Amino acid sequence: MSENVINNLIQLGYLVATALFILSLHWMNTPKTARRGVFSAIFAMVIAVLATWAQPGITHHLWVLIPILASIYPGIWLSQVPLTAVPQRTALSHAFGGLAAGLVGTAKYFYWISHEQEMLTAFRMTAIIAEIILGYLTFTGSIIAAGKLQEVKWIPQRPWVYPGQNFVNMGAFGLAILLGLLLIVWPNAGWSPFAFVVIILLSLNFGWMLVMPIGGADMPTVIAILNSFAGLSAVAMGFVLDNKLLITAGALDGSSGLILSIIMCQAMNRSFLNVLFGAFGQVQQSAAAGEQKQYKAETMQGAAQILENASSVVIIPGYGMAVAQAQHKVRELYDQLKKRGISVKFAIHPVAGRMPGHMNVLLAEAEIPYDDLLEMDEINPDMPQCDVALVVGANDVVNPAARTDKASPIFGMPIIDADKARQVFAIKRSKNPGFAGIDNELYFLDKTWMLFGDAKAVIGELVKELSGGSGMH
Amino acid sequence: MALFHIRGIAAAVLLALLVDPTLAADSAPAASQAHAGGHKSLDLTAMLYVFLLSTFIGVGVIMRVSRLLHTPLMSITNAISAIAVVGAIIVAGGQNYPIGIRILGAIAMFCSMTNIISGFLITDRMLKMFKSREGAKP
Repeated sequence: MSENVINNLIQLGYLVATALFILSLHWMNTPKTARRGVFSAIFAMVIAVLATWAQPGITHHLWVLIPILASIYPGIWLSQVPLTAVPQRTALSHAFGGLAAGLVGTAKYFYWISHEQEMLTAFRMTAIIAEIILGYLTFTGSIIAAGKLQEVKWIPQRPWVYPGQNFVNMGAFGLAILLGLLLIVWPNAGWSPFAFVVIILLSLNFGWMLVMPIGGADMPTVIAILNSFAGLSAVAMGFVLDNKLLITAGALDGSSGLILSIIMCQAMNRSFLNVLFGAFGQVQQSAAAGEQKQYKAETMQGAAQILENASSVVIIPGYGMAVAQAQHKVRELYDQLKKRGISVKFAIHPVAGRMPGHMNVLLAEAEIPYDDLLEMDEINPDMPQCDVALVVGANDVVNPAARTDKASPIFGMPIIDADKARQVFAIKRSKNPGFAGIDNELYFLDKTWMLFGDAKAVIGELVKELSGGSGMH
Repeated sequence: MALFHIRGIAAAVLLALLVDPTLAADSAPAASQAHAGGHKSLDLTAMLYVFLLSTFIGVGVIMRVSRLLHTPLMSITNAISAIAVVGAIIVAGGQNYPIGIRILGAIAMFCSMTNIISGFLITDRMLKMFKSREGAKP
């Protein structure tokens, strides 16, 4: 009787948690209510943990408590990383999520096969196979993604490719699926546990092989896809454990990853499959080396003067700004220009940076009001009226070849129309082509002037010119 | 274009999910509980409904999230998907589980809790930084 009451309370707790998770994501729709969303999600998570822990079947309390205590320090440490490192932290947490799902699936299978074989129905086996394949491939795939983002030495930044790669990858994946199907039919044969372990190994292997050939510029999409996988592995776990809260929360995460990947793919005019199997960025290198064109470099004084006389400036940030940690200097430049009554806006391309929304977070960190951060579609109609477009470490997202050059690998990708501004300044680390290895016509236009150097140093110089200059005039 | 692919994949997955419970329902009564068999397959359908509906809700809610907040969105959904902690608690703390299996559960527990703590803390840390031009109000 009392056990029945407890069970009903637990189910009620799960229901409340589901509602709170949905509300939490609903409140994320504007910065004004977003923090409320975090609190409601935390509340939901606490309910979920306590309700599960309160189940009569949970008796080894220390086994629950010790991992919780152990996770406090790394959890806090991972939440304090610099904001430029947020993409790799996110990738790492996808790895953790995938590993957790994989381990729970593994534990459940081995428990059932040795204790309650009648639990291994075809449906449950399907769910377990899906859970472990998704979980383990997300684990190794995300670790490689995190390593690439962190620019760890032993993981190449450029796509890593060899002939027949897709064939090998798909072969490994296909084999895992095939073994999975066999297991669904014969879940408890003598060889089944071995086949299970082989599936785990194949999935672990497939995960890293899938991400290795993908270049840094595609990381926003890859992270979003891995996000989706981590969510789907939680859904599969829900089917395995007969737990509807896992299904709903996992589905929320899965659909979030799905939508973000769609947005990322559309912003690059590419398909999922092309991102995963296209090995973007290595083919064009040789083509770019062909002709030598001349850049026009501008001095800091000259650039500062032109900026001072402008009435509207649009700043287009890219990954180069994040690498150089230039967001605070950009803020100083913003202040200097604002002080002179110049309108300053930021044009944010959806794939600028290394994860969705990366630029917005960095600029918010530098306390630039979010009303001045505009999306590509909002700002493009105003670009012809803009006096100066200042490109800070962005490259492909302002390359006009995307509009005109059918042969270009980025043809068809929506871009920010920097070339339509009256004048363009582009800050660039070196004279080499950008990440995708493609020459950028924007840099050779008559109205474009280059400012070579580290983004932080260059903007620092500009700020110095502007703050020194204003006193003398 | 991209949308087309995704719809195709989604449809295929959905089809696989819809076909499978019939397989499961066929083989379930043969296993043991003859009278509970009907109830079991009903529950599977219910779970699939839950999955379907929550995906639709998820898509609807997330489409409306401001693009400004896509990074915090990803970190909060990340923390939410660490709901895998529920499975980890069951495996790590469950009465009847042998020790080897509980160790797997404890590792999963550690991974999920790390995601929960770091995910929520960093989301809040980022959201605090978003200020509108009028200032103060986050």
